[in-house]
Amino acid sequence: MTEWRYWLAEQRGTLLAIGIFVAMFLIYATNHPAGFSANMVQTASNKATLLAFVAMAQAIVVITAGIDLSVGMILTLTNCLASWIVVGTATETALGVIGVLGTGVLCGMINGAIVIFGRLQPIVTTIATGAMYYGVALMLRPNPGGSVNETLADALTGRLFGVVPTSLVALAAAALLIWVPYSRSVIGRAAFATGSSEVAAYMSGAPIRAAKFAAYTLAGLLSAIGGLFLTFFSYTGEAAYASGNAYTLFSIAAVVLGGVSLMGGRGSAIGAIFGALAFRTIGDLLFVFDFDPLWQPLFQGIVLMLAVSIGAFGLVRVRNRLEWFG
Amino acid sequence: MSEATAPQSPPGRAALLRRIDPAVAASFGCIVLLLLVGSLYSRSFLSPDYLLQQLKVASFLGVIATGMMLVILLGQIDLSVPWVVTSGAMMACAAAAHGTTGAILAIPFGILCGAAIGLLNGIGVAYLRIPSMIITLATNAVAQGLMVAYTGGFSPQDSASKAMRYLATGHAVPGLPNAVLAWAIIGGAAIWLLSRTTFGRAIYAIGNRERAAYLSGIDTRRVTMLAFALSGALSAFGGVLLAGYASKAAQSMGDAYLLPSIAAVVLGGTHILGGRGSYLGTVAGVILITLLQSILSVMQISEAGRQLIYGAVIILMLLIYGRQKA
Repeated sequence: MTEWRYWLAEQRGTLLAIGIFVAMFLIYATNHPAGFSANMVQTASNKATLLAFVAMAQAIVVITAGIDLSVGMILTLTNCLASWIVVGTATETALGVIGVLGTGVLCGMINGAIVIFGRLQPIVTTIATGAMYYGVALMLRPNPGGSVNETLADALTGRLFGVVPTSLVALAAAALLIWVPYSRSVIGRAAFATGSSEVAAYMSGAPIRAAKFAAYTLAGLLSAIGGLFLTFFSYTGEAAYASGNAYTLFSIAAVVLGGVSLMGGRGSAIGAIFGALAFRTIGDLLFVFDFDPLWQPLFQGIVLMLAVSIGAFGLVRVRNRLEWFG
Repeated sequence: MSEATAPQSPPGRAALLRRIDPAVAASFGCIVLLLLVGSLYSRSFLSPDYLLQQLKVASFLGVIATGMMLVILLGQIDLSVPWVVTSGAMMACAAAAHGTTGAILAIPFGILCGAAIGLLNGIGVAYLRIPSMIITLATNAVAQGLMVAYTGGFSPQDSASKAMRYLATGHAVPGLPNAVLAWAIIGGAAIWLLSRTTFGRAIYAIGNRERAAYLSGIDTRRVTMLAFALSGALSAFGGVLLAGYASKAAQSMGDAYLLPSIAAVVLGGTHILGGRGSYLGTVAGVILITLLQSILSVMQISEAGRQLIYGAVIILMLLIYGRQKA
């Protein structure tokens, strides 16, 4: 096979996610009552970026064959924290942003440390740490409230040069500055290797522990960026259990739509971003077709179900039945 | 137990001691410890009334955790618990509103709805080979969508039938709440199923290695599907009991049961990757979680503190005895 064919095979999931998103978005944009405008794109992208950040976080962990069920709660926690400290003068705000991102990193490091050194399963660990992060969030904001530096918030949720939504630029920057260097580094390659076969990765001397630790830490950081943006959109902090949980669940859905294998070792955060954008667009499709909003959860559920069932077609091609059992 | 003590004790006792799972023993030890800590705080913690009340509250979680355990033993997970619980409760209440026939059919109808969703999970996992984390997430979203569309997003007006209320709050045997009795019956059935039937042994076999189970002639796909259907039915039955207890169904009444049911099963020594675990351990885990929640609320610790301690305790206990073999 030639070089580009390998590349195509590797990126198939990502490309499929981009395809789904473009198709969905075209249907959405052509049927939108206000038509295709910079305003519409800004609103749509602001809504979708939150999930995209969390989905990136989830993808990075899922690639190591782990899972992080605390991403939604880190988002909630950082949202509550940001509503306290991202205020005041420029210096105070900058320190506040650093504090919020640092908290996310710390949460991720706690997850990573417990999974690696405590040798607990990621799924149980992150369920329990998620409960703890939510507890801290509730302590910070027993009632919804707080505020945020509105100049910064408006700047980051507005439009750059009147056309491009700033939130999309921030998303692209996060992908370029975090995902691209990470996936090309030794640690990133080790993360992929760990995901496809931990034993083989160990035998080849890949830095498994560093890779896992980096993955959980980055997931914390990206969730914190998501929490920061949530604060910029809502101007308040709220310790909402249901919405934190929803972000966690949707992040898994976005990762699957984005072509990241839950078994680990395959996929990219870019795919997860498009998975998240597609997932959000599906929800908005109902709005443009003037459906009762009550049907939105059902519609999202059915689309999610169909999307995950598509993968089952591969079973038809299986020659040996034992391959069913992976 | 060390070899030296074995000859002195009667042979039956030595065999018994060897058979005791350290995880199960540890969780029962933790229950005693919790009761002691509680009794230092208030005398009433050791009163029969309080203990019976706790057992009654625990029985709702116990029924749901039974289903979760079957699925975890397979090496899968059921994330559809929240809305299967709610669907079971809402559908039973809805049936109860249709005159006498409806009232009689309320409980079986609720359970049947849960079993149907569980069956869908099972088909997805067993025959379409979709990762259980994804398909159960999707069916959870579909169940939520159906219920939101059905109720219009509000708590439904239908109330629980007399039989449901009797099942959850009555006393068929004086002094013993019916809910506890129901859990005891289901628990007994689960122990029999897991240790005395081919179906139960097949569940353990699949959890250890599905490929090997398939090669030894087990219809692994059918067993997996049935286990998921059972899990759905048990979750829905838990919902029916809850609706009887509160005398009506409510939106998101099941949200509080997903994480505790997983935590109870895992704290009880069942391996999260399947194949190992005893029902006695799950009983211990359920009582442990219920007592922990109760003691934290009696001590008037705020919701935030409760979440924090709850998560920390789960991590700590798992670090003590739930670590994977390195």
